[in-house]
Amino acid sequence: MKKMMTYSEGIREGMSAAMRKDPDVVLFGEDVGMFGGCFGVSAGMFDEFGPERVRDTPISESAIIGCAVGAASTGLRPIAEIMMMDFLTVAMDQMCNNAAKLRFMTGGALHFPMVIRTAGGAGVNAAAQHSQSLEAWVTHVPGLKMVFPSNAQDAYGLMLSAVADDNPVVYEEHKAMLAMESEVDLDEGPIPLGVGKVVRPGSDVTIVAVGNMVHQALAAAETLEKDGIDCEIIDPRTLYPFDFDMVANSIDKTHKAIVVSEEVKRGGYMGEISAQISENLFDSLDAPVVRIGALNTPVPFSPALEPIYLPNAEDIVKAVRSQG
Amino acid sequence: MADNKDMVKDLYLTMRRIREFETNAMNLFAEGKIPGFVHLYLGEEAVASGVCSNLREDDYITSTHRGHGHIIAKGGDLKFMMAELFGKATGYCKGKGGSMHIADGTRGIIGANGIVGAGQSISTGVGLQILLHKTDQVCVCFFGDGSTNQATFHESLNLAAVWNLPIVFVCENNGYGISNPQSRHQKIKDVADRAVAYGIPGVVCDGNDVFAVRETSAEAIKRAREGKGPTLVECKTYRQRGHFEGDPAIYKPKEEQEAWLKKDPLDKMSKWMTDEGGFSAAEVKAIDDQVKAEVAEAVKFAEDSPYPTPESGVEDVYSDIVEEVRDR
Ligand SMILES: Cc1ncc(C[n+]2csc(CCOP(=O)(O)OP(=O)(O)O)c2C)c(N)n1
Ligand SMILES: [Mg+2]
Repeated sequence: MKKMMTYSEGIREGMSAAMRKDPDVVLFGEDVGMFGGCFGVSAGMFDEFGPERVRDTPISESAIIGCAVGAASTGLRPIAEIMMMDFLTVAMDQMCNNAAKLRFMTGGALHFPMVIRTAGGAGVNAAAQHSQSLEAWVTHVPGLKMVFPSNAQDAYGLMLSAVADDNPVVYEEHKAMLAMESEVDLDEGPIPLGVGKVVRPGSDVTIVAVGNMVHQALAAAETLEKDGIDCEIIDPRTLYPFDFDMVANSIDKTHKAIVVSEEVKRGGYMGEISAQISENLFDSLDAPVVRIGALNTPVPFSPALEPIYLPNAEDIVKAVRSQG
Repeated sequence: MADNKDMVKDLYLTMRRIREFETNAMNLFAEGKIPGFVHLYLGEEAVASGVCSNLREDDYITSTHRGHGHIIAKGGDLKFMMAELFGKATGYCKGKGGSMHIADGTRGIIGANGIVGAGQSISTGVGLQILLHKTDQVCVCFFGDGSTNQATFHESLNLAAVWNLPIVFVCENNGYGISNPQSRHQKIKDVADRAVAYGIPGVVCDGNDVFAVRETSAEAIKRAREGKGPTLVECKTYRQRGHFEGDPAIYKPKEEQEAWLKKDPLDKMSKWMTDEGGFSAAEVKAIDDQVKAEVAEAVKFAEDSPYPTPESGVEDVYSDIVEEVRDR
């Protein structure tokens, strides 16, 4: 059955469905219990699943991820929440040196079915330590998968797959999108990791955008349509494994590519995608790939500065026009 | 206890300044004039006021996300603070940091901080600098009960202890880390008990009694100044508001909230002043009026100030490199 749902509800429905199905799925993190999470994403789950399975932790990010690693290695399927993506840094050792590497280092003797949920992104004047988009830091580490839904349906379907996956999956939630509503069909079920989505079919240029930037790309496409430019927008949904075939098929048709993310442009994950396109599809390109990202600065607080820091539809329009 | 009338007046003035600043910030947030996250210090005024009354201008503090009170007590300028809360160009951080990141290098304020536990580690470096430069300055590191479960707490107190650093670690135990009451985030009641693990003194005081805070921290600050190393001071207090503005704080039991409101540090102090301290009601009111005018001026300054220019947004990332502005 179809109904309207917020992005936040999509995430919650995904977690709840996974917990109803498998008693080994547990949720823990700071204030995720009775408080329902700092942004209310897990509201009501404490009541439904009880204090055994929905647990508040002390403020101890390193222990939160370390605990998930140990729990996952011995039979639970934890969903561990790190309130803000910026605080992943505090848990980086457990995430990068343990969660990501122990399967490989033990020759596959141990496995780590765990999800790290975390709220990323700017746009709410939360300043430089509560607003970052750190996709590149996560995807750089072999052993971690990463998903980043852009709407409620994907939030739901990707959560089901992330929990079912036998590897550590970092699940990014954009904090400025939590209240965004869209239509969801809960019967549609899991969305496989590594499968992108053509959000808008088109023939003139391929725009690869993730998270909040999908919506900026859609707005740009509307503007460009008036100029007679027909944009194809691809939301990869999973950053790793990445659906490169979908992007390649699109570029075969359009011969132009723009990649967009909210990350600081320098060293962003979209730079990796741009490089893959250039390396593999050089012959079908009519113009250099254009990367669009945030300014190379920490995220500013002021309402006068944050919108300038962030990439937006206007930047996408400009980039498309610059490709001729 | 109260040594003299001027000292009492100064303590009350600082507490009242914080109360007035925070009350205004609360209202301005509700009116939508202050964006972002705002964590108020209402109810905890005696802690910063009592501790910082023992500090010199050249001493240092590190602060937290709930930092307005610390900064005011260390002599921060209300106008620049309020302008920063608004995100204006005239603010302490030129609008780049906001409520959680105010710093003033000229007053030893090494910054509020949005990362829980960050100040604990940073304070050790400040302490090392003092040690190596052989001055008799000290650093006070403020942090909450919830932050004492971060690895930084253990690492920093241990480091400060083995290096004998001139730091006073001040734990503001307001009973909660966001929605999590102390009883559910740690098994101990007194954070000060943990000092044993580092071989340093740990003391507890009533954080709503500014004289008690002043006296307890004076001793610790004296020790640090004399090169005798760090102390962990725990001040028991209460956060009268939600964790941040917008948090209805339904997790706080009503009786608990009411009991603590009865122990309000400002009520307690003003009552003491008129009952026992030799102040007339008019003298107390004169301080209140002075503070109201100061804060009103700060709000007006913030409202009248310009927003930062787009070009300023790419400055200050490095000392020598200015990043490119987007041409849109
Ligand atoms: C590393 C990190 N983890 C989590 C948070 C989110 N957070 C902000 S304040 C806070 C609670 C802090 O509690 P406490 O230390 O007792 O300070 P209080 O807010 O009570 O003054 C939390 C969890 C953060 N800012 N940084
Ligand atoms: Mg606290």
